Amino acid sequence: MAEDVAEKEDKKGKLEEPSPKLLLTSSPHALGADSIESIMWSVVLSLIPAALAGVYFFGFQALQVLIVSTGSAMVAEALYQRFSGKGSTVGDGSAAVTGLLLGLTLPPGLPWWASVIGSFFAILIVKQLYGGLGFNPFNPALMARVFLLIAFPVHMTRWPLPAPLFSGIDASTGATPLGELQMARLLGKGLGKASELNLWDAFWGNIGGSVGEVSAIALLIGAAYLLYKQYISWHIPVSMIGTVVVFSGIFWMINPAKYAHPLFHVLTGGLIIGAFFMATDMVTCPVTLKGQLLFGFGCGLITIIIRMWGGYPEGVSFAILLMNIVTPLIDKYLRPVRYGALKAEVRS
Amino acid sequence: MHTIAGEGIHPRDEKSKTTSISIAVMRPPDKVVIPLSQHIGAPCEPLVKIGESVKKYQKIGEAKGLVSSPVHSSISGKVIAVGRFPHPSGNQSNSIVIESDGKDEPIEGLKGFSDYLKADPKELRDAILSAGIVGMGGATFPTHVKLNPPKEKRITTIILNGAECEPNLSADDRTMVEMSKETVEGMKILMHIMGVKDGYIGIEDDKPAAIDAMNKAVSGTGIRVSKLKKKYPQGAEKTLIKSVIGKEVPSGGLPMDIGVVVQNVGTAAAVYNAVCFGIPLVERVVTVAGKGISRPGNFKIRVGTMLEHVITECGGFVGETGKILFGGPMMGLAQYSLNVPVVKGTSGILVMTKDEIRLENFRACIRCGRCVQACPIRLLPNMYSVLAEVGQPKEAEKYYILDCIECGCCTYVCPSRRPIVHQIRYIKADMRKAKKS
Repeated sequence: MAEDVAEKEDKKGKLEEPSPKLLLTSSPHALGADSIESIMWSVVLSLIPAALAGVYFFGFQALQVLIVSTGSAMVAEALYQRFSGKGSTVGDGSAAVTGLLLGLTLPPGLPWWASVIGSFFAILIVKQLYGGLGFNPFNPALMARVFLLIAFPVHMTRWPLPAPLFSGIDASTGATPLGELQMARLLGKGLGKASELNLWDAFWGNIGGSVGEVSAIALLIGAAYLLYKQYISWHIPVSMIGTVVVFSGIFWMINPAKYAHPLFHVLTGGLIIGAFFMATDMVTCPVTLKGQLLFGFGCGLITIIIRMWGGYPEGVSFAILLMNIVTPLIDKYLRPVRYGALKAEVRS
Repeated sequence: MHTIAGEGIHPRDEKSKTTSISIAVMRPPDKVVIPLSQHIGAPCEPLVKIGESVKKYQKIGEAKGLVSSPVHSSISGKVIAVGRFPHPSGNQSNSIVIESDGKDEPIEGLKGFSDYLKADPKELRDAILSAGIVGMGGATFPTHVKLNPPKEKRITTIILNGAECEPNLSADDRTMVEMSKETVEGMKILMHIMGVKDGYIGIEDDKPAAIDAMNKAVSGTGIRVSKLKKKYPQGAEKTLIKSVIGKEVPSGGLPMDIGVVVQNVGTAAAVYNAVCFGIPLVERVVTVAGKGISRPGNFKIRVGTMLEHVITECGGFVGETGKILFGGPMMGLAQYSLNVPVVKGTSGILVMTKDEIRLENFRACIRCGRCVQACPIRLLPNMYSVLAEVGQPKEAEKYYILDCIECGCCTYVCPSRRPIVHQIRYIKADMRKAKKS
């Protein structure tokens, strides 16, 4: 009866004209501007200064490494998507980030086929076989770097010395500052040649090392951009670098003849690129800020342990990968204290 | 200046389009559909039959049960239907349809308290009950119930909610500017009823005119205006309390557990009209906004006015209409028809054009943690979303999903466009169903 009346009422009312076709979705009806694309391509953009610095200091061989690693990562992504029947995600920028990051951590002058193997390993094995973007437990670029280090140790530890473009210097190879330091340590010779390092050279990038890790200033410019865009937060870089500074500082104060200055540790090796661009990889780091502080601390601690006492001159890659293993545990146990929770029941 | 620290978001804002437009009285419609359920709690019972004549302000539905609130006619005329009609909640609700006689004749004998600050609190509460006053911020909890907490809960503080953090809405803003006296007198009545000395009015700093007006209106009363830094969802009860007095409502509890009662500014003004003049809640201030409406503004609209009438009175649609919301863009409800009435909880009507709407498929969670950082309740929205997707919603209870206030911050910031709040509602509904069976 009531329904009948309602129907009559409808016919009698002014609603003969068709009302607009209204869309029904649940709230919120406004969405933020950021997307996976905007984040990933911004990361690519933020790495451009470091890439340019690498090319400037190491010449066209560095450019070749970057182009091959980035290009083959994108090719690997496209091939996988094609053969797995999934839609293409090459455009989302995540493969480009992985390839570029990998290239930046490789020695300038690495043969092109090694870059290709690294990129394919990163995209196919470390990322796609785990389910693609968002599901990989380990940072693909770092895994690929460590894979190459184990598979091709000779190529991966052949470090050209900087020969800036148009400077007329011929490229030659030599040890990186951290390599010098390890050599001196193993020989029991204190700091050895590492004590001669000019920190300004390290700041600008005029030292031996991977394509993208040598210029601290170029990396910091990119990092500042990411912090400004809030695509990364300060928690991981500050706690990671801070931990390295504090630990290396303590030993340096005890015996400056044997242990390197904290700034030496900050400016050489992959600490800055690792802290700002690798450890902050959102897929593989903890989601909470508290968790990120702990994560950064762990990364810093393992880095300095490997550098001071380990078998490798440099420990950033291993440190971050080892902490990637812990990320799910940190996320599980280090939750935010929710609004209105009594402190006692937090862990229940 | 206080705000919710570190959490919440700053959604894009279009308040400036309506903040300075004075409240206009909308021409009453020829017909109203008044739902018998315009509040949280038991629907009320109809008091009139088809064919009966009613006057404006006449009670046409009687409160049924403890948590319930009566409804009144907003025009004079004849009852032409009683039955189920569309309700802005998306369901159908028992409603009374009244055709106007064009006279807009009020019922006689309305009377209020002249010396209301000396009146017996119980009588004042009864006046609020019989005027059908409910929370006008959107949650529509019957006001008289909120003012009658169990004896063991001693209320020490009343906070008036003038935060209005939803983008696009300016109804509360204009209420505070143009009805500052009514609002503050209403607040005094609320404080008198509760026997409370601490009174605050929380207003976000993007409403300088409202802050000025309220500061003037409260001078000498002891009521304090709290200027809050703009942030969404500061107007949610729990976050507002945190911002204004720094206390947190216990998880699973209510504001009264920490001695606080929160009321919307519009509710306070309605309380004043009810107590002083006996006027029931039959109209309210509504912001009509959005790209898709020709003449946006703030209007006093009769309860029961059809959306179609509102659109016509505002000059009709502009461009291709995409969505119409009751409420703001963050928590508003999308409407499926123009055949729904304005109700007591309708604070805004937002007309979005098609080109404003982005419909994208959602993608995998990339664990960016933005939702975690944006959550004002400090939960892990990413977990709920993933658990819903992999079909293990029960797990979400361990992550305190029931504490979620569904503000939508997580969904707003998600770069993978995951419908997180929607998934949360789905899980909660699932849990409720499981508990029933």
